[in-house]
Amino acid sequence: MTPRFAPGVRLHQDKARERWVVMAPERMFVPDETALEVLHLVDGARDLDGIIDALAEKFAAPRHVIDTDVRTMIDDLVARGALQA
Amino acid sequence: MSAPLGLLAELTHRCPLRCPYCSNPVELTRSSAELTTAEWARVFEEAAALGCLQVHLSGGEPTARRDIVEITAAAHGAGLYTNLITAGVLLDAGLMERLKVAGLDHVQLSVQDAQAEGAERIGGMKGAHGRKEVAARITREAGLPLTLNAVVHRQNLHNLPLLVELALEWDAARLEVAHVQYYGWALANRDALLPTRDQLDEATRVVDAARAAHRGRLVIDYVVPDYHAARPKACMGGWGARFLAVSPAGRILPCHAAESIAGMTFPNVRETSLGDAWDNSKAFNRFRGTAWMPAPCRGCEHAERDWGGCRCQAFALTGDAAATDPACSLSPHHGLLAAAISQAGGLPFRYREFG
Repeated sequence: MTPRFAPGVRLHQDKARERWVVMAPERMFVPDETALEVLHLVDGARDLDGIIDALAEKFAAPRHVIDTDVRTMIDDLVARGALQA
Repeated sequence: MSAPLGLLAELTHRCPLRCPYCSNPVELTRSSAELTTAEWARVFEEAAALGCLQVHLSGGEPTARRDIVEITAAAHGAGLYTNLITAGVLLDAGLMERLKVAGLDHVQLSVQDAQAEGAERIGGMKGAHGRKEVAARITREAGLPLTLNAVVHRQNLHNLPLLVELALEWDAARLEVAHVQYYGWALANRDALLPTRDQLDEATRVVDAARAAHRGRLVIDYVVPDYHAARPKACMGGWGARFLAVSPAGRILPCHAAESIAGMTFPNVRETSLGDAWDNSKAFNRFRGTAWMPAPCRGCEHAERDWGGCRCQAFALTGDAAATDPACSLSPHHGLLAAAISQAGGLPFRYREFG
């Protein structure tokens, strides 16, 4: 499964407030730190396993520890219309 | 105070449709008074500098402006996420392609009902529904995301399941089920449009079921009518808190209906900057925060949750824009809403028109 941003959805640097936001059709939301790490890795090419690998490496965390969290998060972002699986 | 997140750019009041619940003011602005392309470009630059992230290009019908492509390009160039709020009847594939190249991010297309006959009676324009179907198709063919906006009321709520089907059929990723809010034209047509409690409950049930059935495929936003509520809506997230609008003639407003409040004057982009209007104008500071609130809002535990409800509705129903919104059960005028509900019936409505 290779997640990508849904049409019209993108990460945007909100310079006035010094944060990243997810801009989407008529809505925006502020991802928490973990979601932001995941979203920065969503490029339409990297598959779910690749995202988990990259996070495991970056945070020197055991893969099985973050696996469920990342899958749940991606599932939630798909349900909210931000990502497509 | 915090910076605004969104700008509603009401580019024109001109529109081929005549919906009886139009959110434009009853006193419509003529095209000769509209802001120019360059003036809108400056507004977008100022909005982005102020902290706005998203602009809603609206009207009237925004594509009635011949410079809609230039306007879209200017909004995109300013760094804003651009959303076109359209009736769709003036769009063709060529224009859609030019809008996309100009940087358009998203299209919100209105429908007046699920089927042509009812939709065209409510919208007051023959042939509109078929043109909307074309607009949906060319939006998706251009690769742009589509939201269907269904304004619902007493005369079309029975078709809500069909409106959900329509959103799926036209390949929308979002459906906005927006109950009419009663200001301006809609207030004048309230008897014909206000739903019954049973209709509202059924609509809520349909929305809940559709959300579950189409999870991951269709996001449904649901705006409820406050006439059946006990708590008022947190209108605009608070006056001058998160949002501003600019009217076709350049007036800078805390909400698109604010001009309906008699006795208030609003700054104009031809005379001042958005930032100055947001920070310093009397109009934006008049109902900001909680210090302006009289009883029963003052000191109420809900004051910072609903901000006293809607100022325009308070003015429209009580004559006092500082009064607690009658949608609140603590308002001494709350009975007005029950009276309106019991008075409502399927009367013919008055179409929107230039006076």
